[in-house]
Amino acid sequence: MAAAVDLSGFVVQRGDGASEIDFAVQGMTCAACMAQIERAVAAMPGAPTARVNYSTRRLKIAWRDALFRPDAVAGVLAPLGYRAQPFDFEAAESEDSAQAKYLVRCMAIAGFAAMNVMLLSVAIWAGAVSGIDPATRDLFHWISGLIALPAAAFAGQPFFRSAVGALRARRLNMDVPISIGLALALGMSVVETMRHAEHAYFDSALMLMFFLLAGRALDHGMRRKTRGVVNNLASLRALSARRLGPDGPMEIPVKALRKGDRILVQSGERLPADGIVVAGEGRIDDSVITGETARRAVAKGDVVYAGSMNLDGALQVEVGASGARTLLDEIERMLEAAATAKSRYLRLADRAARIYAPIVHLAALCTALGWLVAGASWHDSLVAAIAVLIITCPCALALAVPAVHVAASGELFKAGVLLRNGDALERLAEVDTVAFDKTGTLTTPEPRIANRGDAPADLAAVAARLALSSRHPLARSLAAEARGLAPFATVSEDAGGGLRTVIDGVEAKLGRLSYCGLEEDLRLSRDAPRESAIAFRFGDRHAIFYVRQTLRSDAPAAIDWLKRRRLGIEILSGDVEGSVREVAAILNVAEAKGGLKPAEKVERLAALQSQGHKTLMVGDGLNDAPSLAGAHASLSPSSAADIAQSAADAIFLGDRLAPVCVAVSIGRAARRRMTQNLALAAVYNAVAVPLAIAGIVTPLIAALAMSGSSLLVTLNALRPWRVETPGQEERSTEPAEAPDAPALAMARN
Amino acid sequence: MTVLIYLVPIALGLGLIGLLTFLWSLRSGQYDDLEGAASRVLWDDDVAGS
Repeated sequence: MAAAVDLSGFVVQRGDGASEIDFAVQGMTCAACMAQIERAVAAMPGAPTARVNYSTRRLKIAWRDALFRPDAVAGVLAPLGYRAQPFDFEAAESEDSAQAKYLVRCMAIAGFAAMNVMLLSVAIWAGAVSGIDPATRDLFHWISGLIALPAAAFAGQPFFRSAVGALRARRLNMDVPISIGLALALGMSVVETMRHAEHAYFDSALMLMFFLLAGRALDHGMRRKTRGVVNNLASLRALSARRLGPDGPMEIPVKALRKGDRILVQSGERLPADGIVVAGEGRIDDSVITGETARRAVAKGDVVYAGSMNLDGALQVEVGASGARTLLDEIERMLEAAATAKSRYLRLADRAARIYAPIVHLAALCTALGWLVAGASWHDSLVAAIAVLIITCPCALALAVPAVHVAASGELFKAGVLLRNGDALERLAEVDTVAFDKTGTLTTPEPRIANRGDAPADLAAVAARLALSSRHPLARSLAAEARGLAPFATVSEDAGGGLRTVIDGVEAKLGRLSYCGLEEDLRLSRDAPRESAIAFRFGDRHAIFYVRQTLRSDAPAAIDWLKRRRLGIEILSGDVEGSVREVAAILNVAEAKGGLKPAEKVERLAALQSQGHKTLMVGDGLNDAPSLAGAHASLSPSSAADIAQSAADAIFLGDRLAPVCVAVSIGRAARRRMTQNLALAAVYNAVAVPLAIAGIVTPLIAALAMSGSSLLVTLNALRPWRVETPGQEERSTEPAEAPDAPALAMARN
Repeated sequence: MTVLIYLVPIALGLGLIGLLTFLWSLRSGQYDDLEGAASRVLWDDDVAGS
């Protein structure tokens, strides 16, 4: 039943007449996979050229011949065990990659210039001891200047632009003192060279720039890597929609859907877009959106949201029809309010810059005045003041935080936590309360059979085998139990009832309770609502299976771990009070609230905040998005709704809850190291500034002190991380999990 | 010291060649897939008779 697929929205026309398309590929685990994929695609008609990018797990195909059909690629790769989904380069990502290349280019130029100027400087320093001809020294200074000035004009732009931007907004950031330091160092060196003086600081300025750019390029690269994985996940999750056109239904990617399109949603499928039901009726499960597990009956004219599951009946939906966005509009309004509130958070580095810049500039001023009062010449006083500014140019201070960022987000990446936000690390460390959503966060995203042991094994096996033929979500949970069984050959489906087949002359039925004639001997307890029951009758034997959300396997251990770290735990759920209390009892959580609307969750967080608590919100539903955006820090599982993921600070992969603990633990460790680094930088300044004020800092001392302090903070950030997790109380990061944890987790999802 | 007139430009020229080569390799996308490139060298389908 492979309907035609239209991928034209993903194809990019290249200048030379060729076309290109990108795919995100799931299931690549080794180098041999690359060769297998490239050969399989190259063997397709139309002679395409395929190139796998193993780092980003993406496949780029280029072709000229119209014989090549991009929609056949997924079909070619599927039998080999790979899932390929067309990938749409977001504008943000290609901008990111251009920015990364720009930073590396700046770094290369600064590095080249620093090396060559250093070559000349070493000669000058050696000459200061062994006696150098003043004319040669001047020549070397001039050559240094000729290299340094153009290099700084190009490679310094990232700092200058950011500093100007900050000053325009009447703020101070770390780039302001950096830019002032760079400009003064270069300017004074030119003046001193013209005066045939002994000292010029071209080397210090360039080396400083090189170190800072290296730190920035690494930071950027790490963030880009994380963002790439997040985008891959989104592509692989992307659904296709069945659009009703004049010539029948046509399968198209959801991104190609336009407002006003009519789509067909079969039973057991998730809605690909928001819209209004125009034909058909059925029941839908909105738990992703509202967090409620109760079903909602919909008919013509009802508004439905992307992500809800159509349980039974085929629905025709008009996409994005007016009035359909009321819920989303409200959530977006709340998201905006939360975002503006959060932008007031001041990063550690900016806070340091705020204290640091005035002190340093004041010290420089005092130095100049002090020397003047002591009777030094204008020139000497100014040189001493500028030397103070050069030596305090915040190289170590500016590297202190980014170096820890790079190391910590790499560590989180290995543990399956993808950091989306730079300052999230600092906020994660400050958290003292953790609020969990229930459905899909504490519990697994897909429901499972809860009473597996109740039915005889042989009966359960037949039921599971029959369930394989159904697309109903309840039946699919049951079918998940049929390991290695093939579906029955002849199965007939009774709409709105269930499935039927005949095995060795005995009739087998699977479906609603009434369909299997079990209504009267029903003894359903209150906490097992009938919506979650699926009945099976096989001759005169029968069984009832309950499909229930089950807790993530390590949820109790993770909650216990968090509690022992003195973090307050709360459950904020949109689900009915009863099932929330049940989960709270198992997890031993006192603060649990059910039946909350999105706004009430935000209110609860605000109440916690006014009591002085800083809350980490963990949630996955559309209804959690405002609270995720408003919480001090937030985490979202990779199965979460798109809008929730983009509101969260970080996304964690896999079926376990342990990444939440890892995130808190690494966040705290990172904060400790940032503070250590800032302290190291402060100590460095405390030693260097008196020397500069005394006027005994030569360029050699400046170069040694500045590079030494930069290396020190970098090494402190990179020393091995001890990550605590619920399983092992204290471990270094395990190499076994390290190589490819995100890809493995993606394969599990 | 007149030898400096040759030596300094030669030293700078060599450095510049290195810089330009790096910028070219960056532009031609050689750093886009570091992990993949490390494994591609192991493929032996370009060796005759294998």
